[in-house]
Amino acid sequence: MLTKTLAGAGTDRGPGGPGGGRSRRMPAGLVTPLRGLAGLTGLVVLLEVLPHTPLVSADYLPPASKTAEALWQLLAEDAFWTALGDTLTGWGLGLAVAVVAGVVAGIVIGSVPLLRAVTASTIEFLRPIPSVALIPVAVLLYGTELRSKLLLVVYAAFWQVLVQVLAGMQDVDPVADDTARSYRLGTWGRVRYVMWPTALPYVMTGVRLAATVALVLTITAELVIGAPGLGNQIAVAQTSGAVPRVYALVLVTGVLGVTINLMARAVERRALHWHQSIRREG
Amino acid sequence: MLDVRNLQKVYTGRHRNVEALRNLTFHIGAGELVCLVGPSGCGKTTLLKCMAGLLSPTGGEVRLDGSPVTGPPPGMAVVFQEYGRSLFAWMNVRDNVALPLRRKKLGKARERELVDHALEVVGLADAHRAHPWQLSGGMQQRVAIARAVAFEPKVLLMDEPFAAVDAQTRAELEDLIRRLWRELGVTVLFVTHDIDEAVYLGQRTIILSTSPTVVQEDLTIDLPDERDQLHTRSSTRFAELRSHVYEQIQRAKHHNGDTEAPPADRSEDLAPQTTKS
Amino acid sequence: MTRTTSTVLTLVRRALLALGLPAVLFAVWWFATAGSTDFYVPPLSTVLGKFGEVWTGERLLSDVVPSLVRLSAGYLLAVVAGVGLGLVVGTSRVVRDVLEPVLELFRAIPPPVLVPVIMLFAGIGDTMKVIVIVSGCIWPILLNTVEGVRAVDEVLSDTCRSYGITGPSRLWHLTLRSASPQIVTGMRQALSIAIILMVISEMFAASNGLGFTIVQFQRSFAIAEMWSGVLLLGLLGFALSLLFRFAENRVLAWYHGLRRAQRNP
Repeated sequence: MLTKTLAGAGTDRGPGGPGGGRSRRMPAGLVTPLRGLAGLTGLVVLLEVLPHTPLVSADYLPPASKTAEALWQLLAEDAFWTALGDTLTGWGLGLAVAVVAGVVAGIVIGSVPLLRAVTASTIEFLRPIPSVALIPVAVLLYGTELRSKLLLVVYAAFWQVLVQVLAGMQDVDPVADDTARSYRLGTWGRVRYVMWPTALPYVMTGVRLAATVALVLTITAELVIGAPGLGNQIAVAQTSGAVPRVYALVLVTGVLGVTINLMARAVERRALHWHQSIRREG
Repeated sequence: MLDVRNLQKVYTGRHRNVEALRNLTFHIGAGELVCLVGPSGCGKTTLLKCMAGLLSPTGGEVRLDGSPVTGPPPGMAVVFQEYGRSLFAWMNVRDNVALPLRRKKLGKARERELVDHALEVVGLADAHRAHPWQLSGGMQQRVAIARAVAFEPKVLLMDEPFAAVDAQTRAELEDLIRRLWRELGVTVLFVTHDIDEAVYLGQRTIILSTSPTVVQEDLTIDLPDERDQLHTRSSTRFAELRSHVYEQIQRAKHHNGDTEAPPADRSEDLAPQTTKS
Repeated sequence: MTRTTSTVLTLVRRALLALGLPAVLFAVWWFATAGSTDFYVPPLSTVLGKFGEVWTGERLLSDVVPSLVRLSAGYLLAVVAGVGLGLVVGTSRVVRDVLEPVLELFRAIPPPVLVPVIMLFAGIGDTMKVIVIVSGCIWPILLNTVEGVRAVDEVLSDTCRSYGITGPSRLWHLTLRSASPQIVTGMRQALSIAIILMVISEMFAASNGLGFTIVQFQRSFAIAEMWSGVLLLGLLGFALSLLFRFAENRVLAWYHGLRRAQRNP
């Protein structure tokens, strides 16, 4: 139990967490969401009131109502939906490529001990290289094309998946592996029936982390390189001084982030509901 | 020394209230070693937490030297069952033992002396630098005991401290407790669910009913003061006392504050859960 | 005698395994680009030559150092603020319930979009960059601290109470230490965000710094210089992660030991 709480750093958060809502007055299931709602309402009120005070100028921080108005206009624009589509395309394609590549590479490297030993240092070196370092390269090679985005997204997301898959393949219970060997399962058999099932929870964690990172890099590419998408819309709105629009778009990216997060967690939980083992994010 | 008067504890739950302790009254004199035994789920841990000032009772009171216990009193040390969770994994053995002493501001030399002595008497003189998780379960519990010893408490409360260690280690630790008690002159309340342990260790054994808990019997253990695992446990008197306590506990299972059959065994872990909020 | 030989052999083997592939990759890059006439992919020898030329002279002081100062200022501020707020939020259940959805929303906003927003307030100076880094890095640290504080063991907490360990002593010896594995996880996530934000904020609007200079090279088609910058950023990321791992192994030695002990009882 101790290990679970220690290990679950930042993994499972939400109303159902340990020590979940118990109170004397209200049904437990309701207290936490209501408090959360109060928090969000408070934020909106604060954002509405703050620009009317001398503390913050409304030029920089428009009242929440203005932002809401801008958001409403935004939702009526075709350009916005195209941009959202572009962002999602870049994100989805990049993530898919990174996951497939990461899983395949992870299985190959993870199932051959020698390969693992040989590649370890290289992976440790390449992984922390910030993929924003590739921005100038991407601009030169692909300009504002989709490929530019993909280069950044895939590079960043690939390592998240690969590292988790490798960790998972290493976590194989020696007893299970010995059992498989004693039944004369071949390498492929052991990968298929012993290593992959063990690694699956790690893979799911890797995919979840990669999904978040992929979104960050997609938006970055749009913002900095100017590839079409939400990030580019923000840059354009900012240069043209449409401040409420900037905030509305930022809010959209936030909601997108939350949605992706929740979806990834739901998928992860569904795939892992049977799995009790202790995992750790790398 | 330690007075428990009409102690009552009701847990207020979401859908129902659970009366863990009904009406408990007993007294522990200075320098006594008293065991508290009862059927599983009788609220032993709740009682101990109330006495340690970690939990406030619903009714009644606990008095230490005449003054009511409202929070953890300074002259009291507690040894918990879960040794793995009551030690600081990020400190070595020595720092674990020394930490509670810092607040007492005794001066470096005195602090060092207390820690050295405490580790020595529990047989860990050469484990100062180790971390708790590098030790076996029994050794970890020794660290927790050393911490209590170094604290120089007037009262030592122990909550099923040996429930999670193996039988041989357990016997050693029981003798360690008897020795420490006699050498230090400390008052000890030892909570256990093990009947043998309850008879072997104490001068008195308080037998509790199932919850809502009352005192079922306050039994004097008239075994000679010199005890050892081999001879004491094979004596006839030990066997008699043991069967007596056993019978009482069997009766206790069907007896409680309501003096009617209790509802299906309420598990003890209900208690800590419902208190959280 | 044989023992020394075998230790030497193990060391050689390790060195080969660790350095083999990087050496091969380096060689491949070197020879594949050796006579390169491709404008975009200059020979590695040229890039390395430029590396020494560009980054050791005046630029070290005028671009590399400012970037590193912004990075460390922003990161350290984020750590202090994130852990501090995390302790407050994590200790009170009500505060946690109220703030959690708000914090989750802030965390989910891709940090780079903060650059244009913060530029509105803070202009394009160093303050802007530091604020950008802080406001991107703080969330993982804060939320992980909350998680860690919340997971403090109940028995340990009772132990502290019964021994009268309260106040600052409890905060330091119990809460912070016991939450440190989660805090470190948050800090690790934050570090990579910090590097990204440093580079991006400089690419977006700056007059010096690594990100700025590299983009300048790219825009002026100084390709070899640009590649050397990319290389430098890569090395920086690697060095920082090495430093982080070194610090982590010191601070969390107990935690790794504990986990090993739990895995093989």
